[in-house]
Amino acid sequence: MTISAIAVNNGVNVEALIGAREALAKAPEAAQFRWQATCDWMNGTHSRATVSKFFGLGQEQQRKSEFRFDADHPEVFASEDLGATPVEYVLVGLGACLTAGIAAVAQHRKIQLRSVSATIEGAMDIQGILGVDSDVRNGFEGIKVSFKVDADATADEIKALVAQSQKRSAVFDVVTNPTNVTVEVV
Amino acid sequence: MRKIDVIIIGAGHAGLAMSRCLSLRSIDHVVIERGDIANSWRTERRDSLRLLTPNWQRRLPGFAYEGDDPNGFATMPETIAFLTRYARLIAAPVETRTRVTSVRRADTGYLVATTRGDWHCRALVLASGACNIASVPRLPEKLPAAIQTLTPMDYRNPGELKHGGVLVVGAAATGIQLANEIHRSGRPVTLAVGEHIRAPRSYRGRDIQWWMDAAGVLDQRFDEIDDIERARRVPSFQLVGSLARTTVDLNALRDIGVQFTGRVVGLSGGKIWCSGSLPNQCAMSDLKLGRLLDTFDRWATDNGRDAEFDPPHRLAPTLVDDNPPLSIDLAKRNIRTIVWATGYRVDLSWLHVPVLDRKGRVRHDGGIVDAPGMYLMGMPFLRRRKSALIDGAADDARELSDHLASYLAVLPAAAVQPKIERFREWLQAEPAATSADAELSNPVS
Repeated sequence: MTISAIAVNNGVNVEALIGAREALAKAPEAAQFRWQATCDWMNGTHSRATVSKFFGLGQEQQRKSEFRFDADHPEVFASEDLGATPVEYVLVGLGACLTAGIAAVAQHRKIQLRSVSATIEGAMDIQGILGVDSDVRNGFEGIKVSFKVDADATADEIKALVAQSQKRSAVFDVVTNPTNVTVEVV
Repeated sequence: MRKIDVIIIGAGHAGLAMSRCLSLRSIDHVVIERGDIANSWRTERRDSLRLLTPNWQRRLPGFAYEGDDPNGFATMPETIAFLTRYARLIAAPVETRTRVTSVRRADTGYLVATTRGDWHCRALVLASGACNIASVPRLPEKLPAAIQTLTPMDYRNPGELKHGGVLVVGAAATGIQLANEIHRSGRPVTLAVGEHIRAPRSYRGRDIQWWMDAAGVLDQRFDEIDDIERARRVPSFQLVGSLARTTVDLNALRDIGVQFTGRVVGLSGGKIWCSGSLPNQCAMSDLKLGRLLDTFDRWATDNGRDAEFDPPHRLAPTLVDDNPPLSIDLAKRNIRTIVWATGYRVDLSWLHVPVLDRKGRVRHDGGIVDAPGMYLMGMPFLRRRKSALIDGAADDARELSDHLASYLAVLPAAAVQPKIERFREWLQAEPAATSADAELSNPVS
């Protein structure tokens, strides 16, 4: 009787990513991407954003479908609560980016994931955004992410997956480091 | 124009090791050195520095440490004396106080122009060091003029710094050593911490370098590593060579009152801005340390040697404050000095041969440079994890001189006459070797 090895499958095509790495190292111009979203005001604090295309690998790329996001403030802000708040989208972005990273790293390290779930919390003193206290920043006082991971791995291996995911996460970088933002009116 | 088969640029430990290997093969060569032997150790190091590696690990081709303090850590004067004596023992043909001004390709070799005349050589060894220029991150604004800035190249001791707060940027070996001695001198230190490799001085009763050597970690080869580019950029272990054999990690620095921030990412409005990734950097460092100690433990068990050592143990996790500061208000913290312990880069501005990649690094395959008859020594993980250590030079020099010898053998018509001329000059010029010859324990190595 033979015991066949069960292939690890987290659904991430790591070979393609590694192939892309090698190709892009030789053609760095192709690595220059521009992600895009458009945003239209609806009413009050409600707006609707769409994502349908981006620029990368030297050309405009279309998404399979157009993604739509409603953003609004909650009723305690005297708003209509027609969508998640913009800062909650940031928490979503962080959680999703770190989770995708965990899956990719786990695939590369041949660790089978069974479940991964994160709770992302951003503490905020709203005296900042309300202009009550100029010493208080508008953004988060701090963000805490808590991961629950069930996988074929030791506790240290799981911690290492989560640590490595942060190291290579775009949104983690966006949130922990400064980024130039230019806003113009056309 | 003088002609010679091989020129080695740099008379540090790497250049001298290569010189020894070439001499053993009777390959005619000269070592060109811009200062005196061991120049970098003489002119670019701080007063308190000791080697991170113990004396027993101070091995070069034909030389083993035979003193009475094998577990000690050499000071700078001891290191300089050792290299100077080694050069004399191996009768290395060194041209000191001669600076290379340019290297260009020539027919069957290279034209090496120096401040004392030009040479033509058939093969060339770059051994001018990995730490020529201190890397300092570019800041978008100028720092306030009253703030003194230093790099490890110009820092000598804490007494030279103004009284008041000091920001040390970078927490690899140099950063933690400076944070430790500067804070203990009564100047409160804030340490900006990015990627770092935590390591205890001792583990289970042996020095960590003993484990690194015995368990084969230092001998890991460049062609066995998954991502060699990343491995070559790994920061140095947070080690100190000291009489007390202390471990100076972030927890030890916290205990004496050093404060921490994340990696420096910007400067504006009189504030240095720092990354919010400090908790992750510390978590990653702790995990890496755990894996390293696991490697040592596995080696001990696999080799049936557990009984020789104290039981396995793990260090307490690196403590991180709940909300480390994201900015350093230079005025409020009374920061009078900033020390950039942010690494080094190579200066090959005199090398006019197209061997650099788009990031200015030499293109090479385990030290065999992408140009005919050109070799590289003394870089991190050049051929093995130990390549940048003094102890790493011997194996690299042996293997690369093998390759170099084969290269010379297939070149057209070797210059026999100049070799005889040079032998005659040597007979007339060389003083007799001293009784310290005993240290050359094995001439065939």
